[in-house]
Amino acid sequence: MSDTVVSEMSAPSNAAAAASKPGNGPGTGSLATAGRALRMESRKLNFSYGPKQALWDISAQIPEKTVTAFIGPSGCGKSTFLRCLNRMNDIIPDTRVEGDVLLDGNDIYAAGMDIVDLRRRVGMVFQKSNPFPKSIFENVAYGLKINGMCSRAEMPERVEKALRRAALWDEVKDRLETSAMGLSGGQQQRLCIARAVAVEPEVLLMDEPCSALDPIATTKVEELIHELKRDFTIVIVTHNMQQAARVSEFTAFFMLGRLVEHDRTEKLFTNPGQKITEDYITGRFG
Amino acid sequence: MNRTSRRKVLSGVVVFLCAAAVVVALVPLFFVFAYVIQKGFSSLSWDFFTKMPKPVGESGGGMANAIVGSLILIGIASAIAVPVGVIAGVYVSEYGKRRFASLVRFTADVLNGVPSIVIGIFAYGLAVLPVKHFSALAGGLALGFMMIPIITRTTEELLNLVPGILREGALALGATRARAAFSVMVPAALPGIMTGILVALARISGETAPLLFTAFNNRFFTTSLNQPIASLPVQVFTYAIAPYEEWHQQAWAGALVLVAMIFLFSVLARVVTRRLERMHRT
Repeated sequence: MSDTVVSEMSAPSNAAAAASKPGNGPGTGSLATAGRALRMESRKLNFSYGPKQALWDISAQIPEKTVTAFIGPSGCGKSTFLRCLNRMNDIIPDTRVEGDVLLDGNDIYAAGMDIVDLRRRVGMVFQKSNPFPKSIFENVAYGLKINGMCSRAEMPERVEKALRRAALWDEVKDRLETSAMGLSGGQQQRLCIARAVAVEPEVLLMDEPCSALDPIATTKVEELIHELKRDFTIVIVTHNMQQAARVSEFTAFFMLGRLVEHDRTEKLFTNPGQKITEDYITGRFG
Repeated sequence: MNRTSRRKVLSGVVVFLCAAAVVVALVPLFFVFAYVIQKGFSSLSWDFFTKMPKPVGESGGGMANAIVGSLILIGIASAIAVPVGVIAGVYVSEYGKRRFASLVRFTADVLNGVPSIVIGIFAYGLAVLPVKHFSALAGGLALGFMMIPIITRTTEELLNLVPGILREGALALGATRARAAFSVMVPAALPGIMTGILVALARISGETAPLLFTAFNNRFFTTSLNQPIASLPVQVFTYAIAPYEEWHQQAWAGALVLVAMIFLFSVLARVVTRRLERMHRT
């Protein structure tokens, strides 16, 4: 799988960038997307919790079928920004959003947006695995059921497909009817990934999906991410810079609620454009 | 006396006082059980469960009508209070803004503390006065009103204990708020909610006062919801204050059955809770 990553990264990219996306807001340079279409894009996004502003003028582009990593010190707004991408922050009272977030060119904060449909299209995996206290099968079937995506007869097939995609099928195929709470931490997290991909989202948001996992489980999830990006656009928030370097094609560095730098991962880690990025990735602070 | 031995003595005194308090708390319970069993058991027979009350002067007979009546009243009360209480609890926990939620919590606590006779008067005004006769329905309503605040409070408290990340997980899959509440949050809190329901049942099944002028009493067997109906607590009360020794014996037996019923609800609450929890955890 690493072949594809390398070839994408080393492809000449600057020329292709402008064609694929409409005008960027100021504050970030234009992202070289290696010829890929944009799946999501934010334009001058401002976000506040009550009186406290958490995001300032974030303009970022998410190219399709790639992995984009968000890095930055704790409290820098990377998770908040991630949760703006599927309007998960809507359930927090007293929050305010300004600016646009586009999914396939449509503003997800527009008045007519069906938020339930949005969240089906932009799935999410959380920091702490959160399987429902139901059986393994029911966990994966949940999204299919509530969205009315397939008949009862098709359900086993769809569940199997999702579990295979999450590289979990072989471990659980004989115990689908047992409670998901009996799985190990790493298995639970992969179950949550299976549950998210079962509803065929276009974008998969992952909020520090490995921070509660041991190194072996982390490796499994990272391998999974490499597989999943063939079909899905993935955005991952991570505290672990090696992880960002390993799994992503693009990296965005956040600092104090602002997007400092957003570039190809290789470029950002080897030749960052900003002094503060360099200080962060070389461990001088954070 | 030196310092160390003084502290040892003081410690001993405190432990003794704690133990004494436990004894004082448990002794009445023990005596109630012992006395009711001793007095009631001798009058308990198969007839007590299957036969109707006999007229004064005739011996034998039972409280079949009151046992069935009590079950009917509890059934009506649950049919009203379980859906209302659980749904109200879900609403407060899921949608209640902070101030509104604390208002509902406070109101439920006040309602829980209202003397049961007052609840009876309320049900009387609501369901007896308009139709001008007592009924099982009115009795069930009164008991239901007593159950609602208990169920609402436990449901709300237990839902608040369910990690919010489960709700987010459901929402992230495209669930609506209500769907997430009823298909993920409520099932996760179900063991506790069941306990709350059974505790509420145990609490109301011994209530006498709210039934006195709602369900009233009935010497005859009926399953009609629109008629006055007998119940164990009211029957025990009536028999206990009557001047006949035979009736006193029956009252003791009735009290024993009532205590056993409540004991059964409590045990059931534990068993169900444990079983549901085991289903979730492994």
